[in-house]
Amino acid sequence: MISIKNLHKSFGELEVLKGIDLDVEKGQTIVVIGPSGSGKTTFLRCLNILEKPSAGTVEIGGLVADFSKPMSKKQITAFRKQSAMVFQHYNLFPHMTVLDNIMEGPVTVQKKGKAQAKEKALALLEKVGLSDKADSYPYQLSGGQQQRVGIARALALEPKVMLFDEPTSALDPELVGEVLQVMKDLAQEGMTMVVVTHEMRFAKGAADEVLFMDSGRIVERGTPDAVFNRPQEERTKRFLNLIQDTDTI
Amino acid sequence: MYLNSIFSNPERLERLGDIAQSSFLPLIEAAVQFTLPLSVISFILGLFLAIVTALARISTVRIFQWIARVYVSIIRGTPLLVQLFILFYGLPTIGVTIDPFPAAVIGFSLNVGAYASEVIRAAILSIPKGQWEAADTIGMSYSQTLRRVILPQASRVSVPPLSNTFISLVKDTSLAALILVTEMFRVAQQIAATNYEFLLLYGQAALIYWIICFSLSLVQGRLENRFDRYVSR
Ligand SMILES: Nc1ncnc2c1ncn2[C@@H]1O[C@H](COP(=O)(O)OP(=O)(O)OP(=O)(O)O)[C@@H](O)[C@H]1O
Ligand SMILES: [Mg+2]
Repeated sequence: MISIKNLHKSFGELEVLKGIDLDVEKGQTIVVIGPSGSGKTTFLRCLNILEKPSAGTVEIGGLVADFSKPMSKKQITAFRKQSAMVFQHYNLFPHMTVLDNIMEGPVTVQKKGKAQAKEKALALLEKVGLSDKADSYPYQLSGGQQQRVGIARALALEPKVMLFDEPTSALDPELVGEVLQVMKDLAQEGMTMVVVTHEMRFAKGAADEVLFMDSGRIVERGTPDAVFNRPQEERTKRFLNLIQDTDTI
Repeated sequence: MYLNSIFSNPERLERLGDIAQSSFLPLIEAAVQFTLPLSVISFILGLFLAIVTALARISTVRIFQWIARVYVSIIRGTPLLVQLFILFYGLPTIGVTIDPFPAAVIGFSLNVGAYASEVIRAAILSIPKGQWEAADTIGMSYSQTLRRVILPQASRVSVPPLSNTFISLVKDTSLAALILVTEMFRVAQQIAATNYEFLLLYGQAALIYWIICFSLSLVQGRLENRFDRYVSR
């Protein structure tokens, strides 16, 4: 489903991604962990071309982007459609109701009929457990509810891959569970997901593979059991030790 | 003193009452025919110009930024009255003659365009980056993002400063008297020239300006409430 080869990203002088290679099968859930500043967010944003990678190729759902060549807007839009992003701070549209937030992509961008889009949006709201909030504005929702709307909004685009950037790290602890549950359900239904998270429970329960990133490289990878319980690399061990006391990384 | 003379002289008082009554209608007429249309048309045109200028300022195209900067700088750096005089009295000397009303519309629109562009630019920049990114990730084009996400939120922030711009504009239209637009202030001048009751006539004009501006501030309050429906209070 995803095939990444030699992905590089620099901000001016600063090289943030130093050659990432990764293949993800359809339906797999990949969890990315690593210290702050290691490039996890940048990596996800490159997959959605919110940042333009400096070099490398990424294939998602059969569409290939070669970043050593210039891309037209049309190509970027087409490529971006393959995946959808869920943000740490939700980034819902505050001037739209929950329902309009979810329908915005399908109606404005994908030019779907309103009735059809609404039906789909309501079904998605039910899926994330927020049927009663369709007509609320984002400010009327808790953080956990807003993030579930964020997930529904991303799903409404019918992406082949879902990208999550620390979707629960802005939430109060008691709200984390409801969001993780929605994500677990998604994983179980066979959605392909790349999740940057510091939630051990989620990684252990839902991930097919865990990647440990440091300084712009994937330093170690394997099953959750292998990475968490028998890390090979010194840097991974040190990082895991740091976070061992808590449940979250 | 003026006040003394009024109250010590009942005939004078009566005369003032008559003049006030008879001049009221022409003043209102002038306000409805010229002051208000001049304000509304100039504001609408100016707002379009302001949005374009604001977008030029934040665009990544150097030449657009530069044109917008120069325009704003010229308008802000020169007196409105001088601009109006250039349009109405200056341009005819190079063969460009514009009637008073259109000349005033052009002058005031250019003014609103420059001042409001700074307001709108600041409002656009105040929208968090995450909103642009969310729009990006759902596949919106630049213009869709502006239309559907950024400008609706920016307009909420802009209501108070743009209301100020509009209220200033209503008052500034009195300057159009000097390029022969028969708006309210000019009519007041004309009537006063026949009866020498300057205080009365200018006082009446001031009162009508105040009533218009006060009504506008009420409208502003309503707009603000309406826009606030989606933010917590
Ligand atoms: N737009 C940008 N311009 C310049 N430098 C950037 C930009 N975005 C990120 N960086 C830098 O790239 C590096 C990696 O940042 P990134 O946000 O990807 O890290 P991260 O692993 O997500 O960290 P965290 O766990 O704190 O979210 C950091 O040094 C950061 O300062
Ligand atoms: Mg990050």
